[in-house]
Amino acid sequence: MKPTIAIREPVVDDLMDQTEKILTEEQIEKVINEVIDQETGVRLQTYVNTCIHCGLCSEACHWFLSNDRDVSFAPVTKVKDTIWVMLEKKGKVDAAFIKRCSQIAHTECNVCRRCGMYCPFGIDIAYMMLVVRRICAKLEMVPLYLQDTVNSHAATMNQMWVKPDEWIDTLQWQEEEAQGYVPSARLPLEKEGAEIMYSVIGPEPKFLAQLLGNITVIMKVAGLDWTMPATAGWDNSNMAMYSGDFEVMARVERLHHETAQRLKVKKIVMGECGHAFRGGEYDGPTWLGWMSPPIPIVHAVAFYYDLIKSGRIKIAKKVEGPVTVQYPCNIIRNAGLGSKLQYIMNAVCEDFVDLIPNDRHAYCCNAGGDTINCGPPWKKIRVQSAKIQSENFKRTGAHTIVTPCHNCHSGVEDIVDGYKLGMHVKFFSELLIEAMEIPEHLKPKEE
Amino acid sequence: MYEFVSGPLVWIAFIIFIGGSLYKIYNMLSGAKKDITLFRHMSLKHSLASLVHWVIPFNNQYMQKRPIFTIVSFAFHICLILTPVFLLGHLVLLDESWNISWFNIPDKVADWMTIIVIAGCIFYLYRRLTDPVVKNVTDGSDYLLLAITALPFITGFIAYHQLFAYKTILIIHILAGEIMLIAIPFTRLSHMLFFVFTRALFGSEQGYWKHSKDW
Ligand code: HEM
Ligand code: SF4
Ligand code: SF4
Ligand code: SF4
Repeated sequence: MKPTIAIREPVVDDLMDQTEKILTEEQIEKVINEVIDQETGVRLQTYVNTCIHCGLCSEACHWFLSNDRDVSFAPVTKVKDTIWVMLEKKGKVDAAFIKRCSQIAHTECNVCRRCGMYCPFGIDIAYMMLVVRRICAKLEMVPLYLQDTVNSHAATMNQMWVKPDEWIDTLQWQEEEAQGYVPSARLPLEKEGAEIMYSVIGPEPKFLAQLLGNITVIMKVAGLDWTMPATAGWDNSNMAMYSGDFEVMARVERLHHETAQRLKVKKIVMGECGHAFRGGEYDGPTWLGWMSPPIPIVHAVAFYYDLIKSGRIKIAKKVEGPVTVQYPCNIIRNAGLGSKLQYIMNAVCEDFVDLIPNDRHAYCCNAGGDTINCGPPWKKIRVQSAKIQSENFKRTGAHTIVTPCHNCHSGVEDIVDGYKLGMHVKFFSELLIEAMEIPEHLKPKEE
Repeated sequence: MYEFVSGPLVWIAFIIFIGGSLYKIYNMLSGAKKDITLFRHMSLKHSLASLVHWVIPFNNQYMQKRPIFTIVSFAFHICLILTPVFLLGHLVLLDESWNISWFNIPDKVADWMTIIVIAGCIFYLYRRLTDPVVKNVTDGSDYLLLAITALPFITGFIAYHQLFAYKTILIIHILAGEIMLIAIPFTRLSHMLFFVFTRALFGSEQGYWKHSKDW
């Protein structure tokens, strides 16, 4: 089979360039065969032996569709250029090849699983791309910025090198902010036996602290018994799951769940993040052999759905004008929250304009699955390859795009900038806080 | 020669086909046991739901989007499997040696079904040569599989119409059928065996484990 012709602008990635220089072919061969023999087994074999090379999966992939149907971005091509060669050569490949594998699996695939839905056999190409990532991670062939977040997870158990005192400071500051709206609002730290542990991703205290203030108000208005941990274990994000460093992934997930157990809560509610839910609900428990999380995890979308549907939170004033949404793959296609998201969008927006395709068929924002965490070197191609979703947003004519996922939020902001869409990008809680009714007795007293 | 290919070789082909298929499936299932998560992600209900949505034409969004391919693909596979099993000529042979028989399709219809299979192969070949994605993942083995699939039907057609060299063509036809049977478990034609399992896994993961759907 002739090698695929892939034309890419050269990208400088210090870690990958460095690793390419020092990797030996013996190391590579050993790691490839180890992973394939010990970690993948028949699943990979069956996928490879069943794939009839029909190319039907290509139609699924936003990379392929956004790049004028460039063959080198088609899902089956990504498998051909990585796994097929590794199997055929029994691991005897060079460092340049591994670098290209990392480029394909880390920077040109969001493991969004859309292609699995378009293959007549249900061959899960995203799974195979995660196998490639696993091999790359074991060889330390990982984009620099991504590896930095993994290192942060390993050293601090959060993604953004947030120090323990900074974490507590931020929470207390946001509690005060929330009290500006609702004076009796509290952000209870370390409350053992609370009903709910609320957890967020590392970037929230770092860049988006107001979201912590928002949830403090929402929890008060809904009258819920909740808490947040003051210790490590508060970060539910997990970049190691995506880099392929499953040992660190498992440590992060274990600590998150153990923190909830230590606090003796009934459930974990997590902020608006897709991959964090995937890690906590699926990938983490699977790798750890638990299968399902010991304490139920509720994603923000399902949480808000319950609050609105049950009337615990009432909507006073719907958001005016057309508003659309990004369907985050990890909670929609891969967790089935699509109709709940539509429900809450309709509940808070006067004019919710849906995307086409929507729900589980919606396209990825092209930030997820770690590609945005690969950092500035890889940004240009990422935004360029989100063209198809930019067109879908444009068609809605919305003034705001709601993104109930942190990765989507940043990714959609890049799309809005890159394609000059002139739209706002907001989390659902930001809309909710404006639309919801604050009962009279909770409002600040007029002086 | 004719006696050999239509006698012992048929036995050998069927034994290899059935034995090989069972072996492949056994191998897969016993390997799957090592992956402790696989079976725990699976559910019968969601496996069947996935199969129902992918073996009934136009029962999922993707098939609706590409009607021509879907029609060709279903027509091809249905004819491919039904024609040899219900062909009068085959049933006569079966009756002669084993004294069993079942419903047969009229020769005229079988003739058209053969043409559909050959046309399907030409369609697949055309895609392989022209669609850039398919072309990029094609090598000799893909053409070989197409040839293995098409040959029994092409030769069957020629033999039935007695276009030329009847005896030779008939022998080639029987041989081609035997090659196809033998090839199924050991090449990517084994997609016939694994289809149910790959679908069941993805359907279960999407439906049972992830509370979503895969169609
Ligand atoms: C009941 C069992 C089978 C199922 C469910 C099945 C399913 C499929 C599917 C889903 C495809 C993908 C492309 C398409 O939809 O057309 C395909 C392609 C194909 N199948 Fe099957 N198949 C079966 C049996 C067979 C058998 C027995 C043969 C031949 C011996 C065969 C030969 C082919 C060929 C030649 C292609 C096209 C490959 C190409 O694109 O070049 N199939 N099959
Ligand atoms: S998982 Fe998503 S990004 Fe990756 S190849 Fe499939 S469709 Fe494309
Ligand atoms: S659609 Fe499935 S069988 Fe066809 S090329 Fe893609 S992965 Fe292979
Ligand atoms: S960032 Fe958002 S849309 Fe993209 S893969 Fe994650 S969840 Fe999907």
